[in-house]
Amino acid sequence: MPETTADTLLQIENLRLHYRSSRGIVHAVDDIDFRVDPGEAVTVLGESGCGKSSLAKTLLRVLPRNIEECSGRIWLGGQDVMPLDEEQYRRQVRWTRISMVMQAAMNALNPVVRVGEQVAEPLRVHQGWSAERASQRAAEVFRLVGIPQDFLRRYPFELSGGMRQRAVIAMALVADPELVVLDEPTSALDVLTQANIMNMLKRIKAELGTSFILITHDVSTSSEIADRVALMYAGQVVEFSDAKNFFRNPAHPYAQLLMKSVPRLHETVEPAHIPGQPPSLLDLPERCRFADRCPSRFDRCEANPELFHVPDNRKVRCWLYEP
Amino acid sequence: MTPGTQNQHPLQNTDNAQITLSVRDLHTWFELRRWGIIKVGHVRAVDGMTFDLEQGESVAFVGESGCGKSSLARTILGLHKPTQGDVIFEGTNLSQMLRSERIDYGGQVGFVQQDPYGALPSFMSVERILREPLIIHGVKNRREQNERINAALEEVRLTPVGEFRQKFPHMLSGGQQQRVVIARALILKPRLVIADEPVSMLDASVRIEILRLLQQIQKSRKLTLAFITHDLSTVRYFAERVFVIYAGKIIERAPLEDLISTPCHPYTQALLTALADPDPENAERYRELPGGEPPSLLAPPEACRFHPRCPHFMEGICDVEEPPDFSVGQKHFAACWLNQNDQQPRGHMS
Ligand SMILES: Nc1ncnc2c1ncn2[C@@H]1O[C@H](COP(=O)(O)OP(=O)(O)OP(=O)(O)O)[C@@H](O)[C@H]1O
Ligand SMILES: Nc1ncnc2c1ncn2[C@@H]1O[C@H](COP(=O)(O)OP(=O)(O)OP(=O)(O)O)[C@@H](O)[C@H]1O
Ligand code: SF4
Ligand SMILES: [Mg+2]
Ligand SMILES: [Mg+2]
Repeated sequence: MPETTADTLLQIENLRLHYRSSRGIVHAVDDIDFRVDPGEAVTVLGESGCGKSSLAKTLLRVLPRNIEECSGRIWLGGQDVMPLDEEQYRRQVRWTRISMVMQAAMNALNPVVRVGEQVAEPLRVHQGWSAERASQRAAEVFRLVGIPQDFLRRYPFELSGGMRQRAVIAMALVADPELVVLDEPTSALDVLTQANIMNMLKRIKAELGTSFILITHDVSTSSEIADRVALMYAGQVVEFSDAKNFFRNPAHPYAQLLMKSVPRLHETVEPAHIPGQPPSLLDLPERCRFADRCPSRFDRCEANPELFHVPDNRKVRCWLYEP
Repeated sequence: MTPGTQNQHPLQNTDNAQITLSVRDLHTWFELRRWGIIKVGHVRAVDGMTFDLEQGESVAFVGESGCGKSSLARTILGLHKPTQGDVIFEGTNLSQMLRSERIDYGGQVGFVQQDPYGALPSFMSVERILREPLIIHGVKNRREQNERINAALEEVRLTPVGEFRQKFPHMLSGGQQQRVVIARALILKPRLVIADEPVSMLDASVRIEILRLLQQIQKSRKLTLAFITHDLSTVRYFAERVFVIYAGKIIERAPLEDLISTPCHPYTQALLTALADPDPENAERYRELPGGEPPSLLAPPEACRFHPRCPHFMEGICDVEEPPDFSVGQKHFAACWLNQNDQQPRGHMS
């Protein structure tokens, strides 16, 4: 287990998820490494289609059938959970140790089952709790996420968008997991509701010490909870840094340009767009995946760089940082 | 409605600027029926809006999902019939336009609709998509059509033009598709363009590019541009004036910088608190925000619609009478009782 300290909660190494498709192989997750410590929030930031949800699905092992390759290691508290079979994974890991709120999960609630029952369900199904004990626990997590108790008996259509999102977060917290993966938990909601939900997540993180992986395409949202940031580009992590370093002093050329492209409300600097487009995950170049758009490109960039270790505990996939 | 409305509406523009669009006491209500038969009530999507847009200005309408932004746009375009109130384009009331004038009107008002992916017919090439409006609006000469198609593509910088003309929407990136939508909205040389969330489906790095393109076209053609968005932070770079909408009503309007530096409606204040610029310190603090969510437009709260969520709620006032638009500065109005003391006599604006 290289460079895993005693207190690492999750360490992923060379994680890969390639899909088979009619147009070829989609390299959605392509050698991803990063780690999460207990009580820490890592945000996975990246533009649409760069592989964020695929990464989450690999971690939780909720995969479609058309998988060409799914490989790498997922160390969870010192144990590699990749070799576990589905049955073992379900009993030992999913919900109880890592849980997930899928992208758009709030629209996938079962319309004919009361939300309280839906939140209690994983406990009954996966852990064999009695209905009564499970619904007590559901009431507890409802309090935690700020949903009034009488909502337990309501149906999803009786809840506003914000309340439904809180309900799916409650569902992820119900088995008291060490790590919760949230895939775009606020992007469909309005500004005030988003900010209220981020407040709630911060409170849970502070009070319960739960670790989070928060996936988002929005730079500002990612800064709301991040202790560290993993920036993705075309299926890979290109920078993994402390939030302070990342937001104040981004290292990778893409990170620098991305930061400059964010419109800012309280400052007058004009945002600048990044010319060009990311490469297709079906047809990746040999060279650095950002090379076509990179203002710092030089001859080294004809090969794809690895994730170099850089002082300050950072990792950057860019030849400028070759030791 | 607003009490004391006289001949001269207090929000009517009294500068000498040319008015492109006047909207007066506009209401667009949708009848809601259960199982398609039983009337349940009305969704009051646009519920009493009054404003003027000056020739050549760019304004933004900001508000959260479902507050009525698209309904407003569609009513202005004549796609919904107002339940009450008027839309007046360059002096002519939409409701009084003849059929032929209506068709003309369609050419004078460009529309960039929400959701670029659904906006373009997948079976048509870019060339056909752009030719269609020309044919409908009587540009018969094939050569002129071609010239205008090329000019439109150049204006939105889809070059080489010859290559892009032949493409179908699915061969284009989201940003390129949105450029086609913009080209189509502009090809008839409209004087007013309404852009409904033109970038919300695009990635951050592409958004700025499209916004800047719109801004450049607006400036060079001296267009009146109404930009609709739920994201106040994208507004900063090119809207001169902002209208904030909450639950079917305009609750604050101001020049952009004033709105950001001195928001006077608690809802606007909350929006500005909620919208953080990226900063690692965001993770270390909680934001003080009103809870709750926007009301149902089927039965919105009485009087001030924000009162059930408002941190400054004054019982007996905010829940009793609807706040009028108080003048709080140069061209700056807020519909909130907290501003009553600063109130200048209505109808006497600078
Ligand atoms: N089941 C699948 N089969 C084939 N390709 C897939 C499948 N799921 C996703 N992809 C492709 O993999 C790539 C990464 O998709 P993914 O959903 O992980 O991106 P994302 O970063 O979550 O994007 P978004 O921000 O839009 O949610 C995309 O090109 C997508 O089209
Ligand atoms: N044709 C229609 N028939 C019935 N109700 C409608 C219709 N169009 C809109 N509505 C309702 O009117 C309200 C306002 O909708 P509108 O689309 O104008 O909001 P919006 O501000 O554009 O929202 P978004 O930001 O999500 O686009 C919503 O409650 C919507 O469901
Ligand atoms: S490796 Fe080269 S091309 Fe890639 S990001 Fe770094 S400098 Fe740019
Ligand atoms: Mg996704
Ligand atoms: Mg809309």
